[in-house]
Amino acid sequence: MIEVEHLVKSYGQARAVNDISFKVEKGEILGFLGPNGAGKTTTMRILTGYLPATGGTARIAGFDVFEQSMEVRKRIGYLPETPPLYPEMTVSDYLAFVARIKGVAAGDVPNRVAEAMRMANLTERKDELIKRLSRGFKQRVGIAQAIVHNPDVVILDEPTVGLDPNQIKEVRHLIKGLAGEHTIILSTHILPEVEMTCDRVVIINKGRIAAIDTTENLTTQLKGGERVRLQVKGSADSLRDTLAAIEGVKNVEVNSAEHGLEADGLVNAEIESESGTDLRARIASRIVGGGFDLLELRAVNLSLEDIFMQLTTEEKAEEKAVGKAA
Amino acid sequence: MKGILAIYRRELSGYFVSPIAYIVIGFFLALTGYFFADIVGRVIEYSFRAQMQSMQMQGAPPPIDAPMLVIRNFAGFVTTILLFLVPMLTMGVYAEERKRGTMEMLMTSPITEFQIVVGKFLASLTLFVVMLAPTLIYHFIIGRYSEPALPWRIMWAGYLGIFLLGAGLLALGSFISSLTENQIVAGVSTFVVFLMLWILDFGVRGSSTTFGEIMKYLSILQHYDTFAQGVIDTSSIIFYLSVVALGLFLTLRNLDSMRWRRA
Repeated sequence: MIEVEHLVKSYGQARAVNDISFKVEKGEILGFLGPNGAGKTTTMRILTGYLPATGGTARIAGFDVFEQSMEVRKRIGYLPETPPLYPEMTVSDYLAFVARIKGVAAGDVPNRVAEAMRMANLTERKDELIKRLSRGFKQRVGIAQAIVHNPDVVILDEPTVGLDPNQIKEVRHLIKGLAGEHTIILSTHILPEVEMTCDRVVIINKGRIAAIDTTENLTTQLKGGERVRLQVKGSADSLRDTLAAIEGVKNVEVNSAEHGLEADGLVNAEIESESGTDLRARIASRIVGGGFDLLELRAVNLSLEDIFMQLTTEEKAEEKAVGKAA
Repeated sequence: MKGILAIYRRELSGYFVSPIAYIVIGFFLALTGYFFADIVGRVIEYSFRAQMQSMQMQGAPPPIDAPMLVIRNFAGFVTTILLFLVPMLTMGVYAEERKRGTMEMLMTSPITEFQIVVGKFLASLTLFVVMLAPTLIYHFIIGRYSEPALPWRIMWAGYLGIFLLGAGLLALGSFISSLTENQIVAGVSTFVVFLMLWILDFGVRGSSTTFGEIMKYLSILQHYDTFAQGVIDTSSIIFYLSVVALGLFLTLRNLDSMRWRRA
């Protein structure tokens, strides 16, 4: 549905988007993840035809976003970072206006407006002035605006920014509900958001793609193996020996010094094993069998946040090396 | 056409839900009403005095075309006041859309920039007509009691002139509004530009150099005088239509170039 190839956008010397390529299949939700200023908004603006690219191509439903902009615009719904609202209009008037400029046939406008309001849970507020709505409702109007013409592709720039946790939950739920029928690209700098809503993630940093994969793959791939964290009462040295003797264990880190644990005779340990193995049961039985008191044992799931940090800091380290070499 | 209509309808309703249209129209009607009464009063006083003088001198009174004087003075006043009021109408046309981010939505919708520009211009022109139309009542009232009859031809010519001048000012004002995100900056700049166009010929009055002629030609109120005399002059019509076309063209170019300049 969406094909982006070697996309470049320069402002003078600076490259806001630097050779980005990716594809999105029909019905997929793709997350754009990156720190502020990474090039997410710029990429989205190129896709919507708002900005021309400096190089590379982008096609939506087979149409070039620059050469066949009108065809593309008919097929996309776009929610910019600040929802494009007319505060003095009512919700339904506003959506009817958007439907008309998006090319919805005059006879279909009322139906499409009603449908968009139903999907965004706005029906009760349809006669209210937009300026009287809360931030969360304004955001919903913004999303309704992006789907009112039933577009193939919906592009949402930071759809949950500035909302309270309840509103965020609602908006995410709404976005999930759109998938399948619509192909969705959403950008965010909030990591759990991507984990919760997206099928695939593109991590962008400084205009380049740092990683691109499914959400699950990214998590497993990058953590390099399973991790189990535990806390026991006993001696640190014998614990290390006991753990190291368990088959399948790759690496053991024992730490009793931190947080003054030693005084209580407590030891923390982190065990790394091959990916795809679950050693928790085996570890538990060995520890208890070895005469330790097992206080805590849990598998550590590397969140996207960790991955993200890893990716972006690695890049920084590389840059430093390059800087030194030069 | 559908796109133009959609933009036009939203724009027009936008004017009437914000206080600015009511303030400008109210102010315009109050001022024009007051001045119309004032002009009529003065013309009556003037003709009385002329009559008295001629009675004392034992001669026939000098011919005074009172209705014509009323219309000419009134139309002259209206055009001057437009220089102050039009900036208030046009300052937000594009600046406000840019500030709110709705411009981004318009520019990513399947409508052309031409449709946006024309729709917005027609809406501002409609508002202008709505503002101007009630002043016709003054003339109809005075026309009922006028002896000899009001020269309607001159009145309509005068109104055509006001309409064309207004259209030109609206197109220029909208263009200036498209240059900034700040309504106040747009309003003040528009006013300054109008003032310049108005006083352009002040310094060269009576001069017949080429430079003076050019300045006179460009002075935006100059062309209005022929209409106020009841003459529908093609060159003046063309002048105002060119101003409209220039304003709309520049707006169009500016919207288009924004795409390339934006960061």
